[in-house]
Amino acid sequence: MEKPVIAGVGFTKIDRHWDKGLRDLAAEAALKAVEDADGIEVEAIVVGNMMSGIACGQENLGSLVASEIGMQGLPAVKVEAACGSGGAAVMWGAISVLSRAFNSALVVGVEKMTDLTDTEDQTSALATASDYEYEVFLGATFPSLNAILMEKYSKEYGLLDEDFAPLPVLMHKNAVDAEHAQLRFPITLDQYLKSPYIARPLRLLDASPVGDGAASVVIASRDVVRDSDHVVEIAGFGSATDTLATYVRDDLTRLMAGELATRRALRRASVDAGDIDIFQIHDAFSVIGFLNLEAIGIVERGKAHKLIESGDAERNGAIPVNPEGGLKARGHPVGATGTYQIAELALQLSDRAGATQIPDSKSGIAVSIGGMGANVTTHVLRRVD
Amino acid sequence: MWAYRISIPAHWRRLPARYRLEGAECEDCGHRRFPRPKLCPKCGSKNIRAVRLPGGGRVLAHAVVETPPRGFEYYTPYVVAIIELEDGTRVFGQLTDADPSNVKTGMEVEMTLRIVRISGETGIIAYAYKFRPLMQGMC
Repeated sequence: MEKPVIAGVGFTKIDRHWDKGLRDLAAEAALKAVEDADGIEVEAIVVGNMMSGIACGQENLGSLVASEIGMQGLPAVKVEAACGSGGAAVMWGAISVLSRAFNSALVVGVEKMTDLTDTEDQTSALATASDYEYEVFLGATFPSLNAILMEKYSKEYGLLDEDFAPLPVLMHKNAVDAEHAQLRFPITLDQYLKSPYIARPLRLLDASPVGDGAASVVIASRDVVRDSDHVVEIAGFGSATDTLATYVRDDLTRLMAGELATRRALRRASVDAGDIDIFQIHDAFSVIGFLNLEAIGIVERGKAHKLIESGDAERNGAIPVNPEGGLKARGHPVGATGTYQIAELALQLSDRAGATQIPDSKSGIAVSIGGMGANVTTHVLRRVD
Repeated sequence: MWAYRISIPAHWRRLPARYRLEGAECEDCGHRRFPRPKLCPKCGSKNIRAVRLPGGGRVLAHAVVETPPRGFEYYTPYVVAIIELEDGTRVFGQLTDADPSNVKTGMEVEMTLRIVRISGETGIIAYAYKFRPLMQGMC
């Protein structure tokens, strides 16, 4: 069966866009992707978003996006999988093309977080990704659930505070070269250790920032895409769920859904994780980044920090991780992030990634995680010469 | 904002869990779970009966919230933890009557009923379980 291809890519800079609302961001990214797709007619729209109802009082995003870009008339819906919405939206777009229901689908991941101007309200909105009645009601925040995993992981594998620093340090270093990144400045180990706790033992510099952004891709069947030098195909996708609540899991520091989704995506693409050239992981917090790397299977459990320390995860290393700075520094407009990952990979694999380009990349993997590893979508992208 | 409000029916229907830590036990395999599931998560059985879980347990893992969500500003900083009860069932909850810097993983705790959140000036005062360090009494 012919694999669907990424025919167009567009995104906004991630920032606190005081002058742009939900509809402005979504339209900017979508119109760029449509233009990049060079004449391919869009037949359906899938919007990835987590919290527009809470943050902006707006749902029905299918209609919002369609009408905002003059495509009212097309079928359009929102797909929601918490912070993994952007990856899930890409998958459902790919499925709609793969099924031949449509020849092309426009996927738009969008999040406008800063219309919630107070940290308490942002914290409450983000917490809806976990179990409201049995975690959030009792005072859980999303950072505190990650902090609990961080404490458990540290005890299980004997990590010290500073062992978590290499990942945020690398992400900030990578983001300096990414024009669309939110935090384009380097940080040091010392700054990491001096940054305040959000939820002890988790620090501010373990956490991805609050920001707004939208990313978009046009997914099309191979036969409607004009021949060009490089075509990037969606070689495989996989998705899986875990328990919504974290505390009931037998093995707290293992991302079961991450393992399942990734295994399914790799199998569909007929490749091994070891053959992948670029890794897009979901480092919303340092610890979840580590668990993500371990779930992909490229590093043993408890050893992710060693992989980052070794330098292998740098852009010129053997297993480059998040060349644009990942969630930590490129930014994490939650429901849009998974679509950013796919857009960035598509640019990398078609030699259009500018200053962040990793030469001669042929394949990439992107893991988009919703909730505490509760809803994961993995994609494998491949360049077809 | 929505996060201030606690809906009366939404709270009321969870009172057995929130006031007396009512969970469930599978009558086929004996697995216990909180809250009460529709199917046994271990064996899939529908033969589930409600049980009151033991109030005592220990801290399996914890964190100190420094940046609270709406409604929890008053308690900050506060400890949230995964508690493993005496029968092995796990519960997530807030610790109370404890200095956050003295909370250690592995420490013994017991359930106590406390105000969890006050829902604005006209809303309800929601009580539920919290956990405190095991009180050293006379018996």
